[in-house]
Amino acid sequence: MHIDLRTVSIKPLRQTFDHVARRIGEGKAASRYQEGTLDLQATANFHYRPTWDPAHEIFDVSRTALRMADWYAFKDPRQFYYGTYTITRGRQQETAEANFDFVDTRGLADMLEPELRTAATRLLVPLRHVAWGANMNNAAICAYAYGTAITQPCIYHAMDQLGIAQYLTRAGLLLGDLDALDEGRRAWLEDEAWQGLRRYVEDSFVVQDPIELYVAQNVALDGLLYPLVYLTTVDDVFASRGGSAVALLTSFMSEWFQETRKWVDATLKTAAGESADNKALLEHWSTHWRDRAASALRPVARIGLGEAADEMLADALGQFNARLAKAGLTV
Amino acid sequence: MSTVFIAFQANEDTRPIIEAIAEDNPHARLNEAPAMVKIDAEGRLTVRRSSIEERLGRDFDLQELHVNLISLSGHIDETDDEFTLSWNA
Amino acid sequence: MDMHAPKKKLGLKEKYQVMTRGLDWEPSYQKKEDIYPYATYEGIKIHDWDKWEDPFRLTMDAYWKYQAEKERKLYAIIDAYAQSNGHLNVTDARYLNTVKLFLTGVSPLEYMAHRGFAHVGRQFPGAGPRVACLMQSLDEIRHAQTQIHALSNYNKHYNGLHEFRHMHDRVWYLSVPKSFFDDAITAGPFEFMIAIGFSFEYVLTNLLFVPFVSGAAYNGDMGTMTFGFSAQSDEARHMTLGLEVIKFILEQDPDNLPIVQRWIDKWTWRGYRVLTLVAMMMDYMLPKRTMSWKEAWEVYFEENGGALFKDLARYGIKIPKCAETIALEKDHLSHQAWGTFYNYGAAAAFHTWVPEKDEMDWLAAKYPDSFDKYYRPRLEYWREQAAQGKRFYNKTLPMLCQTCQIPMLFTEPGDPTKICYREVDYKGGKYHFCSDHCKEIFEHEPEKYVQSWLPVHQIYQGNCFPEGTDPTAEGFDPLAAVLQYYHLEFGRDNLDFEGSEDQKNFETWRGQATKNV
Repeated sequence: MHIDLRTVSIKPLRQTFDHVARRIGEGKAASRYQEGTLDLQATANFHYRPTWDPAHEIFDVSRTALRMADWYAFKDPRQFYYGTYTITRGRQQETAEANFDFVDTRGLADMLEPELRTAATRLLVPLRHVAWGANMNNAAICAYAYGTAITQPCIYHAMDQLGIAQYLTRAGLLLGDLDALDEGRRAWLEDEAWQGLRRYVEDSFVVQDPIELYVAQNVALDGLLYPLVYLTTVDDVFASRGGSAVALLTSFMSEWFQETRKWVDATLKTAAGESADNKALLEHWSTHWRDRAASALRPVARIGLGEAADEMLADALGQFNARLAKAGLTV
Repeated sequence: MSTVFIAFQANEDTRPIIEAIAEDNPHARLNEAPAMVKIDAEGRLTVRRSSIEERLGRDFDLQELHVNLISLSGHIDETDDEFTLSWNA
Repeated sequence: MDMHAPKKKLGLKEKYQVMTRGLDWEPSYQKKEDIYPYATYEGIKIHDWDKWEDPFRLTMDAYWKYQAEKERKLYAIIDAYAQSNGHLNVTDARYLNTVKLFLTGVSPLEYMAHRGFAHVGRQFPGAGPRVACLMQSLDEIRHAQTQIHALSNYNKHYNGLHEFRHMHDRVWYLSVPKSFFDDAITAGPFEFMIAIGFSFEYVLTNLLFVPFVSGAAYNGDMGTMTFGFSAQSDEARHMTLGLEVIKFILEQDPDNLPIVQRWIDKWTWRGYRVLTLVAMMMDYMLPKRTMSWKEAWEVYFEENGGALFKDLARYGIKIPKCAETIALEKDHLSHQAWGTFYNYGAAAAFHTWVPEKDEMDWLAAKYPDSFDKYYRPRLEYWREQAAQGKRFYNKTLPMLCQTCQIPMLFTEPGDPTKICYREVDYKGGKYHFCSDHCKEIFEHEPEKYVQSWLPVHQIYQGNCFPEGTDPTAEGFDPLAAVLQYYHLEFGRDNLDFEGSEDQKNFETWRGQATKNV
């Protein structure tokens, strides 16, 4: 028997789950982002202390020095839950795939001016290790921060960074070959130009406070690296020197940074707006890690920009400070 | 000899996959359950890309199997051309 | 298509290598043990992380591509199902109680798995397992959310689902699944992998998902069927990760064997105890049954699990010793569990009932050695009592097992007429257990299990009443106060299915759909 149930008009008993209704108001329909995010993490009656961290509960607000009255004050402006996240990235990877194909099938890498090709390879390939570090750090923030509103976007961010590391690997294979990856690794481990950045990344691995780590990675390092490398060096400088093919290979990163910075800014704004203590703490962390990131990036920027590197870095710093000012932080 | 298995959702996408597996593995048994098909085989089961492509009339990436896969058992060996399940004992 | 090296075409394995472990490096500015501080305290010895074999080789772009395809399909069905009032197509409104149990008991565990895999995916010093774990972490938030989204429409129309998150952290029987996952995530990273990746995903997950999802399909619940099967497509990767982990650990050092064996023994039992809820669901709660719990156990544990343990024998791994006890319990488990819930139906967030005659006949056919002898008479007596207006709801709180937290409802192995009861004295306290296995688990790590947040103890200590409750006030009704603390609405979420709001609404709505009114 088939019943045409569509024609039945039924009055629902409730619009959403009670814990969602308590936050958005009774009788209101909830979005999938809200139902998939709000209060999803356990908060009460944990059975055992972690054997790996007996000083804390499984989820514990005291892992960070940041204080929030409500950890669900954070909102992802993109409203990503898993479905919207993967569908968005699925579309972007189609574009990236088409770009890689285009460069590959037309042999565009071979048409690049050799000097530019070398600079692009030397600059981009070691950055796959930096993205790998960002993957680890965002996994840590996802694991140890408090509340789904902030931890959920971090797993997406972590996997995005793995994707970026993999795109950079492919770019390396296209611009050079397997040897280019080996050479990039050698430079990352040995060349003076990369040691400041490598030290920064390794130091970030031992930062225990998940929100400080968020600032070190997502705010400070990426906040300078992406504008400097992808938006300035590749999209502007390389492109103007006939290197648009390189920009095709990194278009995912440029687009990704423009998208994710909105979430990072919103996070900072919410946290800083909570209290003067939070604001001071975030300013302290931001300043400290910004200065370290800037000096680590200076020699790296020279690989792509040569003498213009200092000026471009100063520009990037100016934009960074302005961006944080908008989020309510004076740095 | 131990049994390995692979189970798929029963739908239009998986029909040619299941046919290809059945033909490439004459020792396999098909068990149909509500909305799913479970394929059991003694010792070893091989999924061949080329057999699926013949039936589909298009290129097929073995990683597309994931879209309709429900479960499996056995050690996995995955190459560009074949996806194999096996037990050593 | 997917990531490929254009010039010198790399094979799948080589390509995946440069895309994952090729990204990692030996640190020199910080010590490795500071970067991965939790890698050694469990006693597992790993000499060479590069020996790790990647089970599946999905790069992120392929992951996004295929998962996006799955999600588009899934949400199209969820939308269509909701828009067409698909919930009225289920066989019988009693079915809805299985999804209540699922959302309150299982979905929060999917979320915990997400956070747990993020944690171990950060902590393993090997790049290969780290990537595999993080991908699983991402999958697990998918599972939590697709379950919530698929069941959201049921929540709009039926009771028992509206406070699934709040209840999971508080309600007595939900402390069984909750403590299971809390136990795993608070263990070290290697134990977590054996607990969840191997014992649960590989050995037991088929018992949870395949019968449940197949049962949903059989009972007309397309929404649940779709999220269930869609989630299962990720499980194949997770199971394989679990198997690779165990092989890898065992191949690294012979000293790892006894540690791993103990974990397998422990977690097979812990997982099996949680599946008591599934056993009951399969035998009693699905109006149209697909297979019995006993049959499912035989196919998915004895047959498939048997093949697995036979394979692992070359490392010296033995089938968990609890398998013998489980074999003795399989004729009794679901009946004893349902009997308990029928008793405590006033304190549960789903409805209970006595099976119909044809259902009892089915149970008798599936359980020829136990049902007619031990359980049918009891059920018939309860039905009679209810018919005479003497439906009995037990208000005395049961004693719980310190380890699995299930009430002491299981019988002695081999004697279904006697409750199994074990105890241990530890530091001046007495601790109670449902079985030898739960007792042994406690004895190995007493400092962990004395911490258990036991719902019954907590109620007696006065910790499970709404804030501001005065238990000394005249006429204080402790059960009512506990239900308020649970956010469980008396008369709507609990008690018999017969006469429930769910039953009435379903009948009315289906009536509207089939008749001209």
